[in-house]
Amino acid sequence: MAIKKYVVGSFDDEAVLFPAVKKVRKAGYKIHEVFTPFPIHGLDKAMGLRDTSLHTAGFIYAITGTATALGFISWALTYDWPLNFGGKPFFSLPAWIPITFELTVLFSSVGMVLTFCYLCQLAPFVKKDHFNLRSTDDIFLMALECTDKTNDSEAVSFLQSLGAKDVKVDYKEERWWLGRYDKEAKVFEKKPEGIAV
Amino acid sequence: MTIREKFEIPQRYNLWSYALMAVGVISIILLYVTHGASNDEHERARFWGSLLQNSVFFLLLVNAAMFFLCATILAWAGWTTSFRRVAEAIASAVPVIGVICGAILLAIVFGGDHAIYHWTDAEHVQHDEILNHKKGFLNKTFFTVWTVLTIALWSLIGRKIRTLSLSTDSGKMSVEEGKKFQWTNTVWSALFLFVFALTVMSTIPWLWLMSIDAHWYSTMYSWYTFASTFVSGVALIALFVIYLKNKGYLEHTTEEHLHDLGKFMFAFSVFWCYLWFSQYMLIWYSNQPEETKYFEPRVEGPYRGIFFLNIIINFIAPLLLLMKRGSKRNYTTVTVLGVMIIFGHWLDFFQMVHPATSVDHVPMMLYDMGIGLGFVGLIMFIVGRTLAKHPLVPKNHPFFKESVIHHT
Repeated sequence: MAIKKYVVGSFDDEAVLFPAVKKVRKAGYKIHEVFTPFPIHGLDKAMGLRDTSLHTAGFIYAITGTATALGFISWALTYDWPLNFGGKPFFSLPAWIPITFELTVLFSSVGMVLTFCYLCQLAPFVKKDHFNLRSTDDIFLMALECTDKTNDSEAVSFLQSLGAKDVKVDYKEERWWLGRYDKEAKVFEKKPEGIAV
Repeated sequence: MTIREKFEIPQRYNLWSYALMAVGVISIILLYVTHGASNDEHERARFWGSLLQNSVFFLLLVNAAMFFLCATILAWAGWTTSFRRVAEAIASAVPVIGVICGAILLAIVFGGDHAIYHWTDAEHVQHDEILNHKKGFLNKTFFTVWTVLTIALWSLIGRKIRTLSLSTDSGKMSVEEGKKFQWTNTVWSALFLFVFALTVMSTIPWLWLMSIDAHWYSTMYSWYTFASTFVSGVALIALFVIYLKNKGYLEHTTEEHLHDLGKFMFAFSVFWCYLWFSQYMLIWYSNQPEETKYFEPRVEGPYRGIFFLNIIINFIAPLLLLMKRGSKRNYTTVTVLGVMIIFGHWLDFFQMVHPATSVDHVPMMLYDMGIGLGFVGLIMFIVGRTLAKHPLVPKNHPFFKESVIHHT
């Protein structure tokens, strides 16, 4: 995948970060991502991210679970191998509701976890670079994606004027990889040779 | 943002509340003429059963608003602060409806008729082994003492919570005062919830409703009744919040708050169905005659339609229609579902009470609906008065800011 150029500003206060995000968007820069050590209420709205569709997926999984449970039990207990339980009719819906409920919950929860991992590209040993390891600890990081029209020195001074403590220009390959952070992150510390940005 | 503190009761609101109360009174008179004044005990039971169903349902409904307040206070939840005066106003109807309900209950117990409460017939109880065993709990003295005590405690502790809330209007609090205020609130709400657990969540539905079928019992019954009234109580709060929002009040209550009320309506509809089904399935499964007797008129008999309509209105409709985030934030959807949920649980109470007074056919429901509308009018009247008397927003409450910036 392509290597891209980013202008990365570090903030040490979310109260500074919030107006900065709004002003950066207003100025027309493209925010690649904001990395924060903890979830911040309302930041997604300020960044203009769309609502997640995870719950729609969850609903579909749940319906699948309901259909699977009802379909299988009714097939097994009325057609394939009818059994007489205490004189109840073969098709006795109330007795199946608990299992239907359990499979609905199971399908939707497992399906949603897997979908969440897929959407966030999370899996064992999968790493994603987030510019500065301290963004998992005590700083808030905003990465602007540069296009060929972006004047990066202007972007740097703009971020500084918004209160960023430390601004740098960084090159990253836009993908995830298997392995450790420190080893891989070193590769792109400098601009790799022969890349036109 | 400036706050419109003073709620002025609109002319139409007053008119509607008077009109609904008139409908209620007319229905009671009509039902009394057609059934209540009859010489037949079972005809009279139709009249008293209708009063019992409506007064108990609406009493538990308004009391659920106080439960909502106390539960959120005890959890130190701040988001309710911006509209808590609405819940307080609804709960202020508890003493009035409590007196009406208590009078009706005692009239049924001491009126000399035994068609609704069989266990009041002392001679019959002596020959009835099951009722004889239950005599220690199901007797007139205990019923009277516990009913009066319950209604008094709900009213008094509810009144105390209201007074505490009003005390914030006098001025800004310091941090120390705020902590002390919060602590006092916590203690009183904990006390209310203790009383609530001993009454609505256990004994009161046994005494008031389950003892109509005195031979039958279900350990789920009280929870089921509680879930029914709590979800309708939250729906009523949401309806009043939407009404006030539409009139331009409650500036700090946003769709974020409505979203959370919608979540409560959604979640407790599911909870209600969970209890409903747990009660039904165990009895269906073991299939014991003394237990299935309760469901006979409801599932196999004339109440079959109401019984299944109940599930559709109270579970399937809220489940599917309130599931989306957008619909919980939409005034129209929440209003429609709020009305539907309250009606649905009223219907639920109808099929809890009336099979005892009329087993072979469903009595004409228009009278009962009329009486129900009368109670709605009464609640509107009391809530409107209470809201207008004091500021609508407790703007000095320690958690007020937390409520304003609330975000789901």
